[in-house]
Amino acid sequence: MSEPLAHVADDTAAVPAADAAHSGRKPWLKGLVMALRIALCLVFGLPLVFLIVSSFKPDNEIFADLGTVNAFLPVGSISLDNYSGVFDRVPFATFMMNSVLISVVTVAAGLVVNSMAAFALSRMEFAGQKIVLGVILATLIVPFETMALPLLWWVNQLPYFDGSIGWLDSYEVQIIPFIANAFSIYLFYQYFDSIPKELDEAAKVDGAGWFRIYRSIVMPLSGPAVATVAILTFLPAWNSYLWPLMVTQSESIRPAMVGMDYFKQMSGSSGTAWGQIMAYASMITVPVLVLFIAFQRAFINSIASSGVKG
Amino acid sequence: MSTATAALAATGQEAALRGRKRPRRSSGRAAGTAWAMLAPAAVLMLVFLIVPIILTLSLAFTDARLISPRPAEFIGLANFTRLFGSSAFWHSLLNTMIFAVVIVPVQSACALGLAVLVNAKVRGTNFFRTVYFLPVVTSMVVVSMLWMFMYQQNGLINALLAKVGITGPDWLNDPNTALFAIILMSAWQAMGFHMVIWLSGLQTISADLYEAASLDGAGGWQKFVHVTWPGLRQTRTFILITITIAAFSLFTQIQIMTQGGPLDSTSTLVFLAVRTGFAQQQTGYASAMSLVFFVLVLAVSLVQRYLTRDKEVTR
Repeated sequence: MSEPLAHVADDTAAVPAADAAHSGRKPWLKGLVMALRIALCLVFGLPLVFLIVSSFKPDNEIFADLGTVNAFLPVGSISLDNYSGVFDRVPFATFMMNSVLISVVTVAAGLVVNSMAAFALSRMEFAGQKIVLGVILATLIVPFETMALPLLWWVNQLPYFDGSIGWLDSYEVQIIPFIANAFSIYLFYQYFDSIPKELDEAAKVDGAGWFRIYRSIVMPLSGPAVATVAILTFLPAWNSYLWPLMVTQSESIRPAMVGMDYFKQMSGSSGTAWGQIMAYASMITVPVLVLFIAFQRAFINSIASSGVKG
Repeated sequence: MSTATAALAATGQEAALRGRKRPRRSSGRAAGTAWAMLAPAAVLMLVFLIVPIILTLSLAFTDARLISPRPAEFIGLANFTRLFGSSAFWHSLLNTMIFAVVIVPVQSACALGLAVLVNAKVRGTNFFRTVYFLPVVTSMVVVSMLWMFMYQQNGLINALLAKVGITGPDWLNDPNTALFAIILMSAWQAMGFHMVIWLSGLQTISADLYEAASLDGAGGWQKFVHVTWPGLRQTRTFILITITIAAFSLFTQIQIMTQGGPLDSTSTLVFLAVRTGFAQQQTGYASAMSLVFFVLVLAVSLVQRYLTRDKEVTR
């Protein structure tokens, strides 16, 4: 285990000879490859440009612009009408706050719970340690979707905090099952293993207990692992759709992704309100895109380390 | 992404276990602290992961309903008999298989291509990488709605095709094209993710190897075949397994874009299980489907792992 976290976002790390297309001998090939890169930019970027641009146009103009380059340009009757339409139709602020609350609490609680578990597994010694680690790693192979329906049945039988039975239609049911995460534990475990154990010995000589070592020595040194786990747990929490679709009934606790369904159901006599859909989609997407662009390096490195062999 | 990252067991597990010394028995107090620190995660995983896994195995043999006044009863293999006699199940299984068989090679190969394109010291590399990655941070719900619009008979894609004189089909409403359309969109969304994983694999290959190959007179393609490809063995296993598991878990796109139609042509195992276990509240029957799904994932992971295993004996 050499590098616990990857650093692909550094241009300097690129391997120069990985593709011979860039050897200086064939300038035409170089140009072709660059043209390909740019064409691919259009393939991956244009649909999103179209999404955001269309959110400012009335429905008839979205369709009218389709065959031309105008589809990707903010031209015509640009207005915020679709946005105000969204606010009239759905409790947007509530959906958004719910998504923020659910993702932030899931991520924050997950960071504490999973790093503590990884600390115990990586740096302490106790009987049964190997078995616990093995069980945790074995569960990585189980996709959430395989157990979603039994879990739905199960949370409906569980006693709730107020003494009643069943967790459905609550914030808790959207947060608590997703706090402990085998993959997060694995990432922390890997990172902690790369921090010299001599530090613990030195701290113990100074009279520090294990919890103190965790809090004051190991965690402060684990910034990159914290960032990785935060990003890798934030995205699925924010994007979660199947689970909240099944467990929420009240509008007051629904997250933004499930809110999208309102626009599909309300395609009445005037047809689907595509402009409003684009506006809603933009509002739930742009915050994440901004976060991504701001912390681009951390995002890409965290995804890269999810594939790095331990 | 939770499913996409789930395949770690296959690549990282043994290494993690191997690198570990057998724990010596330590003082009781330290062990107490260790268990205390482990406890929150352990309890949560027990209640919300281990128990549901066991429930998948056991509810499949009962007539449990989501909301029911009477307790579930053991009914043996009745759910499975019903399942294997259901054409909706075989359709869904077939669609899931087609989806996986097409998307696994296409998406991993294209993602490798992207990784090679952006793994070069050229101006703007960072920009390209960022743009290719944008769909990954866009939620599948949004991507599905957007592409649903683009795939309409009079939508963006057909408007572009019309420019070059092609009359496009009604993508999502034609049983012949619906699944293909969803495959294309799914690959578009997730490709950037696997590009980054390939990239991290590419960068573990030592530049010395390429230099040595150059000295031996190897061209670009030869270098790829003899240096790059063998060097990506670990990454390859990881990518194959993650894409396969994600492919088997296909749900959001179907739920939003087609609801399994037209004529069951896009129904998948997870979609069918959700319809049965949630909409129709037949938890027992849905658990049977989940169990089949789970066995499938397990089998494919084991097979892929066997096929991509270490060919030479290492140390």
